[in-house]
Amino acid sequence: MNRDSNVYTVVYASVMVILVAVLLAFTSQSLRSYQKANEDNDKRQQILRSINVSVPANEAEAKYNELIKDAFLININGEKVGDAQAAFTGGQDGEFPVFVANVDGQTKYIMAMNGAGLWGPLWGYISVDSDKNTVFGTDFSHAGETPGLGAEITKPAFSSQFAGKQIFKNGEFKSIAVVKPGKSAAGQDYVDGISGGTITSQGVSNMLFDSLKGYEKFLTSKE
Amino acid sequence: MGLLSNKNKEVLLGPLSANNPVVVQMLGICSALAVTSKLEPAIVMGISVTAVVAFANVIISLLRNTIPNRIRIIVQLVVCAALVTIVSEVLKAFAYDVNKQLSVFVGLIITNCILMGRLEAFALGNGPWESFLDGIGNGLGYALILVIVGFFRELLGSGTLLGFQVIPQAFYDLGYVNNGLVILPPMALIFIAVIIWVHRIKNKELQEN
Repeated sequence: MNRDSNVYTVVYASVMVILVAVLLAFTSQSLRSYQKANEDNDKRQQILRSINVSVPANEAEAKYNELIKDAFLININGEKVGDAQAAFTGGQDGEFPVFVANVDGQTKYIMAMNGAGLWGPLWGYISVDSDKNTVFGTDFSHAGETPGLGAEITKPAFSSQFAGKQIFKNGEFKSIAVVKPGKSAAGQDYVDGISGGTITSQGVSNMLFDSLKGYEKFLTSKE
Repeated sequence: MGLLSNKNKEVLLGPLSANNPVVVQMLGICSALAVTSKLEPAIVMGISVTAVVAFANVIISLLRNTIPNRIRIIVQLVVCAALVTIVSEVLKAFAYDVNKQLSVFVGLIITNCILMGRLEAFALGNGPWESFLDGIGNGLGYALILVIVGFFRELLGSGTLLGFQVIPQAFYDLGYVNNGLVILPPMALIFIAVIIWVHRIKNKELQEN
């Protein structure tokens, strides 16, 4: 067998690639259920952190079931369009998940946020008190922001600044701005951004505005 | 030839010290800086690289008489990439948090020079068992440096080891402060330099003029 012939090389490469593809597909399929469980627990941890509850991954499911009393999807008009299962998976465009938590006897509404940072997507959860205006807690996650700079948005030092801020001013939707440390924003509540993480901070600011805008009808409804 | 003849012992143990991939061959420095701010990711990274190098070595060694010479680097890359993807999937399933900390660096094992270096320099010319030992040896040599650096960086930077507080609260009460600089990548380079320094003092034949 001539190992340097073109036919041998092409056949060798093809067989190798097909074998590897089959092997990887098999691995991916057989581990999928474990990975899904991990991803779900990670999501539960994120949702719980937005109501200032931090638990290890193996306790996330129990704690989640204990604290989250209800969950549903709403559309832009604030009407319910999906159940708890659909809310957890996320829903389609124009549908927004709401998680209703009970913390020490008080009702908190948790809303999901999605946006873009410097290098990739940002997402997070924000919880409000039963007045549907005052922020109770937040949690932010990112796919690939710069460690030590933009990635600092995941730290409590950043996310804890939001507690007590108000989304509406005089009944008007204002969102919460993320500004350069030392600067301020007129007519709305604001928090300090991350020094050296300007684009990520702006991303968080835009994400808050864009995502909460979708919940405006829900937040203003008296229910 | 026994399973652990003198030559094989040399193949296995050489990379731990005299022929260490990190401090002597200067390979794999990038990931050694990036994943060693805590001990746990350093250990997981060390195990992952060891597993990938060992099995990639065995597979390439088994295939070495069939690989078409013109695409041998591509074949090596495909084997590495497949193994790395499997390791990454396994970590996602069974060590999700660590996988998140290691983030891109698991995928970047493919570009770790130790890997291609061993495949090209050793596995293509030696049998599967020797190649396996060579992979284990080089992986452990790499892991050893990562663990030493990770140990000191976590101890000095966070006051913890594997997440457990080891520096007693009394020290902090007396004014001891964790050194935040140690967490940053440049300090990893300084730690590696100190390891190389100590290593060269012990191994005079490695000293350059």
